[in-house]
Amino acid sequence: MKARTAGRHFRESFKSISRNGWMTFASVSAVTVTLLLVGVFVMIMMNLNKVADDLERDVTIKVMVELTADEEAVATLGEQIKSIAGVAEVVTSSKEQELEKLMLDLGDELRLYEQENPLHNVFYAKALDPQETEKIAQKIKRLDNAFEVKYGEGKIEKLFSAINTSRNVGLILILGLLFTAMFLISNTIRITIVARRRDIEIMKLVGATNWFIRIPFVLEGMWLGVLGAIIPMTAVTVLYYNIYKVLEPKLEQGKLFALLEFSPFIYQVNGLILLMGIFIGIWGSFMSVRKFLRV
Amino acid sequence: MISMKNVYKKYPNGIVAANGIDVEIKQGEFVYVVGPSGAGKSTFIKMMYREERPTSGDIFINDVNLATLKPKKVPYLRRQIGVVFQDFKLLPRLNVYENVAFALEVIEESPKVIRKRVMEVLELVGLKHKARMFPTELSGGEQQRVSIARSIVNTPKVVIADEPTGNLDPDTSWEIMNIFEEINARGTTIVMATHNKEIVNTIRHRVIVVESGLITRDEYGGEYGYES
Repeated sequence: MKARTAGRHFRESFKSISRNGWMTFASVSAVTVTLLLVGVFVMIMMNLNKVADDLERDVTIKVMVELTADEEAVATLGEQIKSIAGVAEVVTSSKEQELEKLMLDLGDELRLYEQENPLHNVFYAKALDPQETEKIAQKIKRLDNAFEVKYGEGKIEKLFSAINTSRNVGLILILGLLFTAMFLISNTIRITIVARRRDIEIMKLVGATNWFIRIPFVLEGMWLGVLGAIIPMTAVTVLYYNIYKVLEPKLEQGKLFALLEFSPFIYQVNGLILLMGIFIGIWGSFMSVRKFLRV
Repeated sequence: MISMKNVYKKYPNGIVAANGIDVEIKQGEFVYVVGPSGAGKSTFIKMMYREERPTSGDIFINDVNLATLKPKKVPYLRRQIGVVFQDFKLLPRLNVYENVAFALEVIEESPKVIRKRVMEVLELVGLKHKARMFPTELSGGEQQRVSIARSIVNTPKVVIADEPTGNLDPDTSWEIMNIFEEINARGTTIVMATHNKEIVNTIRHRVIVVESGLITRDEYGGEYGYES
């Protein structure tokens, strides 16, 4: 293909968009509505996912060391826990530190116990994959000098299963929405192309090759996708900016979980929306023209 | 330049539109194809630009056998023949100039040549002043002239016309015929299917009569009548 023919295809695709007025409007609206849905939904799902991750990451195994263990035995136990496969980090907390913590919560009256500290030395361990927490806890239990191992038994199982279910449901919903979007948009584009079926026949009669006919249509589909992505991108950006501004300071106090940071996240979502618009536009046009190009 | 050898065409619904056609058309000829409706006239014409394929037999245009031509090569064949239709077949969203230019854009001609050639043929059909108008703004006769301009803009050796005056009033039909005469005078072969008795009997050319899928008469300077 010569360069000027490529230029011609581009000009042709722009011309088509402006001359097809209402059809362009219809396709762009369909793209806009679906991308807006997908955009908002992706935004919500990714944040829920982040919250779930944060909650999971919060799951800690608390290992209380036998009171009879001497310093050396405590150190050995720490090493042993660290060497278990799947353990991310181990934080040591001596019984003095534990008492401090307790006093922070319950008040200075506990100072009495400083002489004869009844508390245990403690290790806090986190699993690389939070879902592995239970297995690791079982392993720690079997080690010498591990007096008691706590990891929120019962509670975390429920948490994990809730998180897993919501992740799967979210994934299915996103896929379903994407599928609907593609169907809806390619159908709208098909209608605009069906209206030009005669044009395609005429072009063939004048001696246009299939690619010569196809390229302007495909480019047009791409522009429709880009145009349809503008409003969703703006809307999602504004929406997330405001939500982030309102919610983030409140969540920061709780420290339990946070939203995805505005800066990289919003570019990712916008990129996704734009790419989806382009892809759906191209794909929709391609599939629709294909039908009429058969001789 | 065009030759059909023992051409048969049977449609899937069982209708036989060509029942052994043999014909030879030389470069520069002007040929009328006449015959009653449903006699196979249209099929005869359509097989020449490979809209239809013969069931058996061979059709040659400039030594290319259309019977065996691959679908991919069809566009390249169509560029060597101009086709004019009863219903004009103009692109409604393109203006007069763009409609004619399209046939040249397809062969990736340079913009300079396109401009020059398009204006030349628009001048020939007398529509230079309406180059910016859209097909819907033109009368039937004007639309047909645009379609003729498009068919000759890349200087094909042959122009095939399928009832080009079928939708036009008598006066306009004569104008259109004058243009075809002019094109023919420049050496282009013209094959025209028509129902217009007056034209065939006035502007005398070779007449091929098609009836029940067969050529029943073929004479130079012949008359229209096939009923008798």
